[in-house]
Amino acid sequence: MSDTVVKVEHLGKKYIIGHRSSEFARFNEYLTGLGKTVLRRLKNPFRPYDVSLELEDFWALRDVSFELQHGDRLGIIGLNGSGKSTLLKMLSRITAPTEGRITVNGRIASLLEVGTGFHPELTGRENIFLNGSILGMTRQEIKAKFDEIVDFSGVEKFLDTPVKRYSSGMYVRLAFAVAAHLNPEILVVDEVLAVGDADFQKKCIGKMHDISSDSGRTILFVSHNLRAVQLLCNKGLLLNHGHMEYFGDVSEAAARYIESRESFTRIPLKDRTDRKGSGKLRFVSCAVKNAQGRDAGNLPLGEKLVLEIGLECQEAMDGEIRIEAKIFSSADLLAGVLNLANLGYISHLKKGYNTVRFIVPRNPFYPDRYAISLYAEKDEDMLDYVQNAAMLKTIDGSFQNPAVISQPYSSMVALDYTVAVNEN
Amino acid sequence: MNTANRTLVIEPNKRNLLYLQDFWNYRELFFTLAWRDIVVRYKQTLVGLLWTVIRPLAGMVVFTLIFGKIAKLPSDAGVPYVLMVFAGMLPWQFISVTITTGSDALVGNQALISKVYFPRMIIPTARIIMSLVELLINAVLFAGMFAWYGYLPSWHIVFLPLFLLASVVLALGATYFISALNVKYRDFQYVVPFVMQFGMYVSPIGFSSSVVPEKWRLLYSLNPVVGIVDGFRWCLFDSNLMIESVISAAVISALVFWLGVWAFWKLENEFADFI
Repeated sequence: MSDTVVKVEHLGKKYIIGHRSSEFARFNEYLTGLGKTVLRRLKNPFRPYDVSLELEDFWALRDVSFELQHGDRLGIIGLNGSGKSTLLKMLSRITAPTEGRITVNGRIASLLEVGTGFHPELTGRENIFLNGSILGMTRQEIKAKFDEIVDFSGVEKFLDTPVKRYSSGMYVRLAFAVAAHLNPEILVVDEVLAVGDADFQKKCIGKMHDISSDSGRTILFVSHNLRAVQLLCNKGLLLNHGHMEYFGDVSEAAARYIESRESFTRIPLKDRTDRKGSGKLRFVSCAVKNAQGRDAGNLPLGEKLVLEIGLECQEAMDGEIRIEAKIFSSADLLAGVLNLANLGYISHLKKGYNTVRFIVPRNPFYPDRYAISLYAEKDEDMLDYVQNAAMLKTIDGSFQNPAVISQPYSSMVALDYTVAVNEN
Repeated sequence: MNTANRTLVIEPNKRNLLYLQDFWNYRELFFTLAWRDIVVRYKQTLVGLLWTVIRPLAGMVVFTLIFGKIAKLPSDAGVPYVLMVFAGMLPWQFISVTITTGSDALVGNQALISKVYFPRMIIPTARIIMSLVELLINAVLFAGMFAWYGYLPSWHIVFLPLFLLASVVLALGATYFISALNVKYRDFQYVVPFVMQFGMYVSPIGFSSSVVPEKWRLLYSLNPVVGIVDGFRWCLFDSNLMIESVISAAVISALVFWLGVWAFWKLENEFADFI
């Protein structure tokens, strides 16, 4: 037999979305759907049937093919909605593919969540057995590893207490302890590491390392966290809007991931079509500027940050208009939000071109490449929404004065603070 | 789960031909889930398992009063009315508890279905173990009642397992069907209690089949529960048993089972997308 452990060929998954699907999910959805159709007919009797509105195929994933050898550790990366979870669900046999084929040689187990099936009424001891067998362990295996699991979790005192009385930390620790002692040949893991307190996270990452360096284990790992992926994996799979953009070396995949995020910003904002919302208001430009009002290529920490947004309104607007800029780190974590409504403005926007300027006196973002998403809303009506509208690249500088800059842990923002010791 | 190095192929709409084998591989999970359902059912109740006997006992008292004492309906083969009602309660309780608790079994295990693979049929099937345990407890109570009335069951009791099998097949089939459809159309969870309540009055639980007028017999026998309940009574008391109701119970139960399995398999692949 060849050394190929996992073989994926032209895998695809289609969902049907829209007001009406081929089979009506619930009767009243059908009724409202019917009502809308009739209303549309009455308003505009000569318009041809808008088929796409009623029945839309959506390919969450299409034409994905790759092969993994014995001992490969694959990191699956991509932006939100790129099809990562769908791929994972098909690999775990939770949902069936629409086309293509997956061939797996060996015992496979998947870990999409810690504590799957934990029952609040059952005790810790009972839940270890329940969760273990849900994850595919035999009773004997669980018995053999029971002490190890309890040891790892550190909840031995509460073993006979129903888990509904556990603190959330204890709950997660126990859940992870069971999962960590799963021993399959092929392991499919979702971002389950982002749980628990810092100490426990360290323990988890250590455990993941042990598992992955263990010879002969094949791992498929989905994460937003590029750092974790590069640390744990040797191969990378980059997904973009359901298509496979790259499969191969992990550092190349990571580089392309960063590149793909930034490639959007090279298209002028007003020409971008990958946006949502009614369009009564449209973002037409977005620029990061420095104190001198020039485009800031690399903005040092602690310097003035100006985000200049140009928007065009179809007609004049009054009332509470929400304009929001969300700043995401390279690991796609939300680092900060600039929000007009929070300042208490009742805005007026004139017809045509308007500018909105967010001014941050001192740039708090540690060195990284941040992506900015823009969002506008009025009376719960989404006007415009563009992801990756602009990039913010920050470099070292001094935030506090005098200060030596070092980024504590992996935090994203610097804080303005002083320290008082033994003072009142 | 087996440790053998087997090859697994995942393809669209592939009816897993090894479904039964898969079910067997996951037998430990099956028993674990059954155990969980039993343990959890009466957690944080004062009297716990006693509820198992309270419900049929209460039903028995009500039916005996209404049908036996007030309406003065005749009993079967001269058995005390109370015993006759309880003999009907036994299979009815089993069937209705299985179907009502089983129908939302999948929806209630949403977290499992969207996060882990296992043959989905394990969930509704595990529920039947719980109902079987309850049936057993009630049977013990029933044996006590026989002793109290100084009544000895007929030798027909050796056929009881056959009628029990019919009720298992019927209950499982209905549970598969309803639980699978309930994933997509939650309407079923509102329909089931209503149907069960209705079913209790069109089935010979509180009365004997002998009170049903001759011209309605055939239609009445189409209800598979009639054959099962009358079968139970025949096994215990040597009462009258219409052959057409037995045939109908066997055929309809098998049909319901087949329909349930078919619907379940057809919908199973999509559970995670709709739940």
